[in-house]
Amino acid sequence: MKERLQELQQEALDKVNEATTLEALQTIRVSYLGKKGPITEVLRGMGKLSPEERPVIGELANKVREAIANQLDNKKADLEAQALEKKLETEKIDVTLPGRPVSVGGPHLLTSIVEEIEDLFIGMGFEVREGPEVETDYYNFEALNLPKDHPARDMQDSFYITEDLLLRTHTSPVQARTMNEYKGNKPVKMICPGKVYRRDTDDATHSHQFTQVEGLYVDKDVRMSDLKGVLNQFAKQFFGEEREIRLRPSFFPFTEPSVEMDISCKVCHGEGCSVCKQTGWIEILGGGMVHPRVLEMAGYDPTVYSGFAFGMGPERIAMLKYGVDDIRHFYTNDVRFLKQYHKA
Amino acid sequence: MLVSLNWLKNYVDLQGLPPESLADKITKTGIEVEGIDYVAAKSTNVVVGYVESCEKHPDADKLNVCQVNVGEETLQIVCGAPNVAAGQKVVVAKPGAVLPGNFKIKKAKLRGVESNGMICSLQELGIVEKFVPKDVAEGIFVLPNDVEAGADALQLLNLDDAILELGLTPNRSDALSMLGVAYEVAAILDVDVKLPDTSVSMIEAKATDEVGLTVDAPELNPYYAAFVIKDIKVGPSPLWMRNYLIAAGIRPINNVVDITNYVLLEYGQPLHAFDFDTFGSDEIVVRRAKQNETMTTLDDQTRDLTTDHLVITNGQEPTALAGVMGGANAEVSDTTTTVLLEAAYFDPKAVRIASKHHGLRSESSARFEKGIDPNRVYAAGLRACQLLAAHANGTVLSDPVIFDRLDKSEKQVTIETTRINERLGTDMTDEEIAIILKKLGFTFEQDGEKFDVAIPTRRQDISQFEDMLEEVARIYGYDHLPYTLPQGAAQAGGLTKAQELKRFVKNYFEGAGLKEAITYSLTTTNRAQMLVSPEIKAQSVTPIRLAMPMSEEHSTLRLSILPEMLDSLAYNLARKQANLGYYEVGTVFISEEEKVTKQPKELLRAGAAVTGEWLAHPWQQEKKAADFFLIKGILEGLFDRLHVDATFEPTKIDGMHPGRTAIVKVGHTVIGFVGQVHPKLQKDFDLKDTFVFDIDLEYLIEQHENEPSFNKIPRFPTVTRDIALVVDETVSAGDIQQTIETNAGPLLKEIQVFDLYQGDRLEAGKKSLAFHLLYLDPERTLTDDEVEASYQTILTAVQDAHKAELRS
Ligand SMILES: [Zn+2]
Repeated sequence: MKERLQELQQEALDKVNEATTLEALQTIRVSYLGKKGPITEVLRGMGKLSPEERPVIGELANKVREAIANQLDNKKADLEAQALEKKLETEKIDVTLPGRPVSVGGPHLLTSIVEEIEDLFIGMGFEVREGPEVETDYYNFEALNLPKDHPARDMQDSFYITEDLLLRTHTSPVQARTMNEYKGNKPVKMICPGKVYRRDTDDATHSHQFTQVEGLYVDKDVRMSDLKGVLNQFAKQFFGEEREIRLRPSFFPFTEPSVEMDISCKVCHGEGCSVCKQTGWIEILGGGMVHPRVLEMAGYDPTVYSGFAFGMGPERIAMLKYGVDDIRHFYTNDVRFLKQYHKA
Repeated sequence: MLVSLNWLKNYVDLQGLPPESLADKITKTGIEVEGIDYVAAKSTNVVVGYVESCEKHPDADKLNVCQVNVGEETLQIVCGAPNVAAGQKVVVAKPGAVLPGNFKIKKAKLRGVESNGMICSLQELGIVEKFVPKDVAEGIFVLPNDVEAGADALQLLNLDDAILELGLTPNRSDALSMLGVAYEVAAILDVDVKLPDTSVSMIEAKATDEVGLTVDAPELNPYYAAFVIKDIKVGPSPLWMRNYLIAAGIRPINNVVDITNYVLLEYGQPLHAFDFDTFGSDEIVVRRAKQNETMTTLDDQTRDLTTDHLVITNGQEPTALAGVMGGANAEVSDTTTTVLLEAAYFDPKAVRIASKHHGLRSESSARFEKGIDPNRVYAAGLRACQLLAAHANGTVLSDPVIFDRLDKSEKQVTIETTRINERLGTDMTDEEIAIILKKLGFTFEQDGEKFDVAIPTRRQDISQFEDMLEEVARIYGYDHLPYTLPQGAAQAGGLTKAQELKRFVKNYFEGAGLKEAITYSLTTTNRAQMLVSPEIKAQSVTPIRLAMPMSEEHSTLRLSILPEMLDSLAYNLARKQANLGYYEVGTVFISEEEKVTKQPKELLRAGAAVTGEWLAHPWQQEKKAADFFLIKGILEGLFDRLHVDATFEPTKIDGMHPGRTAIVKVGHTVIGFVGQVHPKLQKDFDLKDTFVFDIDLEYLIEQHENEPSFNKIPRFPTVTRDIALVVDETVSAGDIQQTIETNAGPLLKEIQVFDLYQGDRLEAGKKSLAFHLLYLDPERTLTDDEVEASYQTILTAVQDAHKAELRS
């Protein structure tokens, strides 16, 4: 019997090794290990054996079963792995083909610039205020020290709707409104971005509608050096640490002293080139110390409070920063233009 | 203002500074130098020559052989200019000279005749075309006879000059004169100003005997001086004066006119010369014009006058529109022998009104409008008399006629060192302030740190402390101000909730694939009324038109973002960019009154438009065109993010596809619409199928006051039941959904449409709609019985309400 069992084991193992399909393995499993299989049959004949022989043969039979079963499992794992490999082989794709495009949007360049400016000033403790685009003559001009017959009104020919209503020519009226709201007894620290309008014929450098960001800080003991410090910090953060700033005297009816701020030319670093018209400097914004009459009209006592204000044009900044050569690009919404600035 | 540096040198020592560094200093101190113009490119070895003889070239008709004395020698020069002649003083480039364009002059032979140099035209000397007087544009330039042969011709012609272009801000009208600029430069360089000589020898005969003066409108004309100058010989003005005028951008005419222009530029004081013989009387009457009076000005235009206009008259009719332009009747001509010279102060506002009314902007009116120096009026008159005597053979009569009620006093402004330092953030000493005031040429009385400053009348822009603060700061140098940060209590800056939400919404749209557009708020009146959402239409009485639009294109404030956005799509389509998705967040303007009297309502809206292919993957033959459900899906996604329960109902809106447009409602409030643009309107804009929405962003932001509270993640499973219903095809999915929602009970959390079928397998006129019903109780596991009960209720309800049948 012992020989018969060993024979069976060898026979089964040989068959397992020769098997090439999972089905064949299953057949081998059933025929050798099943209830009707030869091993069971051998065991049935154990009754004829002596009591000493029985456990020996029983143990041997179990070992043979185990050996066959192990071999079956190993072979099965092998075959499965082979099958998977074959399947994966058929699933191969050309990974060099283009992927499925995702529809992506993005902000307008002006929005990106305005939000970047907003965030920089928010970081310096400024709040963001907005106001109406159709303004009263009072808030657009008079509250800003531009009475009706002021010659500087020539500088900003405006779109009037009625004698008293017009499309705002700057966002400064928001400053006047905010000061009025704060009733002359608490500090104002704000920037006001928004659309503004002037009677200009649209061309490469003029647009009847454009964007402004203006800022205002009114408090006790605000100094002109603070204006310089804040604008310097803004310029370095916005344009780059290596840029220098320069303030020049200028004139605006709502500030005294008034300044214009230049930053050093990015192209020539101050040496002079065609971008900066050989001056080494590029004009970026205007500002100054808030005119005492403006403070007074808004209910702030100019002997107690002082302040600074500034304003800049995101279109101009975009044109300088990105070399945009025509202001009309900002309003025609040419998708080829817009897309360029959706990148980081 | 154009400033010739050679001219300026007469009043102030420029200390040999190159034009660039002077310009830089002026710019930094307060007046922007916008450019430096060199009259001529650099040349060398160019002298005055005297043409001793001029004979025809033996072998060339158009050439002349000239013997030219250039001082120490006489050169033979062959010259081709038609106007060369013996006896002329001319400009000679000697051998060795280098003319602009690196043109080197050498000895040469022309048709066999030796030529040792060149007789030059102004253009050959590199003079920019605009500076070349018309009469010498063809041919060589002939110098006046009193110049010396051998002298440096470049200097004589002012060719070594540089001209600064000053960009003057409206407050700095004091720099509209050479003297004003001289004071500015003197302050910067800390040097003195040398005033022009105004000494005139006058004859005994008195002007007051020749002419009378009545000023009827002293409020508009507080000062008037009339000088009489006889024996005038009209001719060209001296070369130096012509050079200066050309440099300042004024074309020389004759000595009388040139002198008034020269003094205008020198003093900033406009003058007017009348021909006394044609003036029409011996009585000057200054008065307001009569209503409907007319006059003919120098430019031969007939001008209609009103009582707002001030005129100089001869007692009968106007001879000048005060401060703006003279009359044709008393114009100085070649035959003028007696000049009546006016030096006056006219009210700035009156001159501004007149110049604006007549569209006449002159060098004179520009100065009067801004306010001239009251202390320079008479001096300028004297200066002109002196020059007329010297250069026009004039004899000046004594005792000019003067009317004077002009306030010529200096304003006083007090400043203190402490206050200056407090405002500037500096630590200047009293001495430093005093030095700055001296540089400015301001007189003052000092008492410790207190300065009582007398403001010179040339500086009409200074009247209070802050003006002086600026003067001190700019002379101190903005460059020298320290950098400081505000000392006030630190505040936390930030965006308001609404501003944050606005950014959130924009980011959402961008994430959904839309590109931000920015369009004009001003559109045509026609477009302003296009694609207006019903709730806006309900409030708007009339579109708001500008009083004086520049063009119809930008004449009216928009009531919807969409029309201009469609225009942007069309712009792109015309450039072969066909697949587009845009959004814009912006204001629309609503007038609730027929005739606008108060500020309109401004509402923040969000608009979007999509057209063309939305998703495409060509090599896989995938193509998904933008459609109604794309744009609606974007909107639904937004509502979901903002926790807004919105409903959509079919609607009809002008300009929109009648079967593909829905109104958007939150509760009973209409907040906008979504749909396809009407094919007719699409065609008008040259667009393909275009899908849009326009919604009230302000409403959405206001509604979203509260942060969403935390909802526990459910621990119990959701139970899903499906229901497929067959209904008439006119029944909308929204209606069925509504019925399900109202009848399902509290356990139904969500309904999703997952199938729509219309076709062969159903009766004609029927459609099948299938819904997933999602049930959940966060506190426990649901039983089948509960779900089944709800399901049965729903089924009964939809059968009753929509004659729906279960699809088998
Ligand atoms: Zn540069």
